[in-house]
Amino acid sequence: MARLDLSQKLAILSDAARYDASCASSGTIRRDSRDGKGLGSTEGSGICHAYAPDGRCISLLKILMTNFCIYDCAYCINRVSSNVQRARFSVDEVVQLTIEFYRRNYIEGLFLSSGIIQSPDKTMEDMLRIAKRLREVENFRGYIHLKSIPDAAPELIEQAGLYADRLSINVELPTDNSVKAYAPEKNPATIRKAMGDVRACKDVAGERSYTGKRGKRFVPAGQSTQMIVGADGSTDATILGQSTQLYGNYKLKRVYYSAFSPIPDATAKLPLIKPPLVREHRLYQADWLLRFYGFGVDEITAARPDGNLDLEVDPKLAWALQNRAQFPVDVNKGSKEMLLRIPGFGTRTVGRILTTRRHRRLRYDDLLRMGASLKKAQAFITAQDWSPGGLTDSANLRARFAPPPEQLSLF
Amino acid sequence: MYTVPLPRIGTDIAWRDAAKRLIGAGVSPDQILWDFDTEMGELFATATPLPPVTRRIKAPQSFVEMANWVVWHKDPQRFARLYALLWRLRHQPGLMQDRADSELAKLRHMEKGVHRCKHKMKAFVRFRDLRQGGDRRSFAAWFEPTHHTVEPTAPFFARRFADMDWMIATPDVTAQFVDGNLSFHPGQPKPDLPEDATEALWGTYFCNIFNPARLKVSAMTSEMPKKYWKNLPEAQHIQGLIAGAEAKVQQMRDTAPTLPPERAAKIKRQLGGDQADDS
Repeated sequence: MARLDLSQKLAILSDAARYDASCASSGTIRRDSRDGKGLGSTEGSGICHAYAPDGRCISLLKILMTNFCIYDCAYCINRVSSNVQRARFSVDEVVQLTIEFYRRNYIEGLFLSSGIIQSPDKTMEDMLRIAKRLREVENFRGYIHLKSIPDAAPELIEQAGLYADRLSINVELPTDNSVKAYAPEKNPATIRKAMGDVRACKDVAGERSYTGKRGKRFVPAGQSTQMIVGADGSTDATILGQSTQLYGNYKLKRVYYSAFSPIPDATAKLPLIKPPLVREHRLYQADWLLRFYGFGVDEITAARPDGNLDLEVDPKLAWALQNRAQFPVDVNKGSKEMLLRIPGFGTRTVGRILTTRRHRRLRYDDLLRMGASLKKAQAFITAQDWSPGGLTDSANLRARFAPPPEQLSLF
Repeated sequence: MYTVPLPRIGTDIAWRDAAKRLIGAGVSPDQILWDFDTEMGELFATATPLPPVTRRIKAPQSFVEMANWVVWHKDPQRFARLYALLWRLRHQPGLMQDRADSELAKLRHMEKGVHRCKHKMKAFVRFRDLRQGGDRRSFAAWFEPTHHTVEPTAPFFARRFADMDWMIATPDVTAQFVDGNLSFHPGQPKPDLPEDATEALWGTYFCNIFNPARLKVSAMTSEMPKKYWKNLPEAQHIQGLIAGAEAKVQQMRDTAPTLPPERAAKIKRQLGGDQADDS
């Protein structure tokens, strides 16, 4: 086989990496290179340097070290039984690509993942060499996200956490049974153990020693994971239940949901359906409601008997439509908890309402200027000059929001 | 009547200084003409000296912070609007907390616009390697900002790219960073920058990180509006990617499942063996 040049390798190994949803570069400590001895900075909020026509942000150089892999996960483009073209970057190539892209302001940093070659430890060691070179030789102060390899030794993960801003390990599928069925070589228990280890290391690093000094920073931007949606039969209730546990048990920063989408050279085990993008979107909305709006999983998934989210209206609106007895809420008196449950009100709008109503009573137009989406909210609120009248309980309220019926497509 | 000249470079400090003097002397908003970069021409160039700093009027910190952003907006009314709010603040100290006041809302909206422009500048400036040799590498970029955001955004680039020299040229203001020193110069026409081979690699990456099965063009354009495309090297690929997406996905569907490569069976045997040893 002819040797691949850098551009060909880049094509293969970024193509192989695009099924990982995360591209976040936010939430890490502040660093810069004002001393003139290094390159790069991180300032809290991430930057999306470009957007691909799939609407996804490109913040990091997201590549695989290699797409050779000894595992046979059915949903994965890189599984051992696939005939996709294989390639492998050298340490030098990854370091040069990262630095040269960074200097031209194309990226915030590197998201490095890999297929598993020879053994999990060997793979993790190779990835560590890249991270170490970037930090210690190139004095790179941008963002690094490393994907932990399942089953890699805890010492290696511990080391990775000192170089990386974020570590992630994918739980892949929502239930242990699905993992067994579709990713036979992966073991959900070891994946969970790896997440537990990262959490433990991070907890220890956050504590001060008896001298009051903090330990070395360990994954300052925390850890995240990803679940594939729509490859197995799990319901949204199962998925969100799993997320809640992951957030609670391992203090994850994010759970990403990745709609299963057709891959080149797919296995016959999985149908190449249209990726369930709306479902993915609803899961993210529900995830937000669980973390920032005080909702419980049961409340969100109770709307439908099959345990799935309503695809036609967002989960907050769906909940409000089911619980109309609790509305309308008076924006001049309602509790913060209740204001957060009003469809069309975000956390920012609620914050603005709370500060402004200390000074005076709020009217309909005031809410507009505060960024509320009144098209949604108006049926669920009262204000100084606004009352929804019979709208809150009207039978056709749902129809005002749901998209008009459509002829079924053939997919 | 006061005509207050405000320079294009250092607008923020000049406005703040003038506003302090005028508000201290109790000059009402209708007595002031703000002249940005002598755009008003000679006609209004009356040389009424600004009043000296006599009384210090305290303005809320939140106003000062907002004004520091709004002065960079392109709206010619920005200075007058800011001063009018400052004038009202003298008797309405709680005004900054009133998120529904229409004048404040307008200024907050302008502030947001500047923030967005600053954010997009951090994201979309694309440097080219000037290959000049020497100890420090040097890079240059051409950018067209919506507002006057070069000056407030340049320190970000100085913190990030401190070990190299760089220039961001724009029609408005040009920022230069040489040997660790940041300076600002008048805007200029688009310079001729040398070709940079790394742009092709970046294009390769852009094309391959795109998932054709998830085409969502509006999500892309809402965050990366077309007005920026002409200065983004990767944008030249967008049309082709959109046009070819459907066919690519169809091809994935149509291709019959292949037989696993030979090495798969071998690796599986080995893995199976390992697992048997473990148990």
